[in-house]
Amino acid sequence: MSSHERVDVGAVLAHLGDSVKSFLTTRGINLPVFVGIHTGGVWVAQALHAHCAVAEPLGMLDVSYHRDDVARTGVRPLKPVRMPASLDDRHVLLIDDVLFTGRTTRAALNELFEYGRPASVSLVVLVERPGREIPVAPDLTGMRLELGPEDRVKLQGPDPMELVITRPNDSLLEEPAR
Amino acid sequence: MSSTQPTLFRLPPAAQYQLDEEGRLRHFLTIEGLPTALLEEILSTAQSFHTASDQAARKVPLLRGKTIVNLFFEASTRTRTTFELAAKRLSADVLNLDMATAATTKGESLLDTLRNLEAMHCDMFVVRHHQSGAAHFIVRHVAEHISVINAGDGRHAHPTQAMLDMFTLRQHFPDFSAITVVIVGDILHSRVARSEIQALRALGVGEIRVIAPRTLLPREATSLGVIPFKSMEEGLVGAQAVIMLRLQKERMHGSFVPSETEYYRLYGLTRARVELLAEDGIVMHPGPVNRGVEIESAVVDGPRSVILKQVRNGIAVRMAILSMAMRRHAW
Repeated sequence: MSSHERVDVGAVLAHLGDSVKSFLTTRGINLPVFVGIHTGGVWVAQALHAHCAVAEPLGMLDVSYHRDDVARTGVRPLKPVRMPASLDDRHVLLIDDVLFTGRTTRAALNELFEYGRPASVSLVVLVERPGREIPVAPDLTGMRLELGPEDRVKLQGPDPMELVITRPNDSLLEEPAR
Repeated sequence: MSSTQPTLFRLPPAAQYQLDEEGRLRHFLTIEGLPTALLEEILSTAQSFHTASDQAARKVPLLRGKTIVNLFFEASTRTRTTFELAAKRLSADVLNLDMATAATTKGESLLDTLRNLEAMHCDMFVVRHHQSGAAHFIVRHVAEHISVINAGDGRHAHPTQAMLDMFTLRQHFPDFSAITVVIVGDILHSRVARSEIQALRALGVGEIRVIAPRTLLPREATSLGVIPFKSMEEGLVGAQAVIMLRLQKERMHGSFVPSETEYYRLYGLTRARVELLAEDGIVMHPGPVNRGVEIESAVVDGPRSVILKQVRNGIAVRMAILSMAMRRHAW
């Protein structure tokens, strides 16, 4: 038996939204482009996009075709992709739900640059957990979870949005106590 | 119908070759026997690759490091170039072998050619051949890691053309069950017609009609699930789409039609006949178009024509098929 924990992220999202606002102000970014990574990243991006009242429509990326494991998993139809005509000279906020190995971020960056040469790209994640396999670091983080390599965290949503944390190893620890 | 009518060329169903143990695409040889869900997946994946005509084409790295060989034993411009573009937009390396001028003319057998290409670490063969069943033959004799895509074999099948036509139809008519599609022309010799009919049926098109001279209509037409019509005036009425076929003079041995003029008078798609279609009806043609032989020039260029859209859609659909048939790594 593994343990499941459900965490509501409403407060974390609101706090992250405020952080994004002050980040944009500090950097002097007036016309940011918010881009969410399917699926969970789009939900987070939608919330932040509304919180910050961004004028530009929300961008959405499905990075499946740029992933380094696609040769193993096979090709699937993409979720709807919506991007501005060009990202040339734009300040992009790339938004994802969970930052783990960094491979999704790598794939997203590759795909982003197909749309032009942004002035800057900043990474915003709802959850950061250890386990990076690629040198990627977030600019803004909602919360940090100290999870082991076998633990899993998944954002469910979009309404309500909550994190489901699964720790398969807990059962081993709990067993003797019974 | 009389028993003197010609019969279709038939191969055994190729489903056992086309799918792997998990039911995923392995080779793409014919529409026949493929599950409808897989055909739908091809269309959805193609939609992921589709870019509007005003958007820049984007490359994806899906087939990076793979080598695709266009193995064309029969002339082709549209099919070969769209396969080439599709492969390049998937980041594959592409070899174009025009087999009409290649080593085979120096006496090398097809199997020896295949062995040589295998030795060059090629991953996928896109095959066009004048003999029905050529792609099946290659599948049976090629190394395990190679995928084979049929780009047209004799009178048998042209499955990627059928899928790009389904994609084009879907853009105009999302609900296939409500539409009538008419195929006009040389049904007998046409691999396109055969694959189209199979795809239209599998995807649940409401009504499929064929219009052809009796000599170019296979005896089994009705058992294919299509309704034969003798005249354009009857068969075109109220249809949402008409697919015109080219007169395939190179595959006709003997006199199937009295003359081109007579054929055009009876079966040519003129502006007047286009008016018989439903109000939103579209005109399709797999190419190459013979203006004034099976279709009036003004119809080719007219507002109902989606012929160039078909060509453009061919790239996205072939990208979907190439990437889905790519062998997955087992690591």
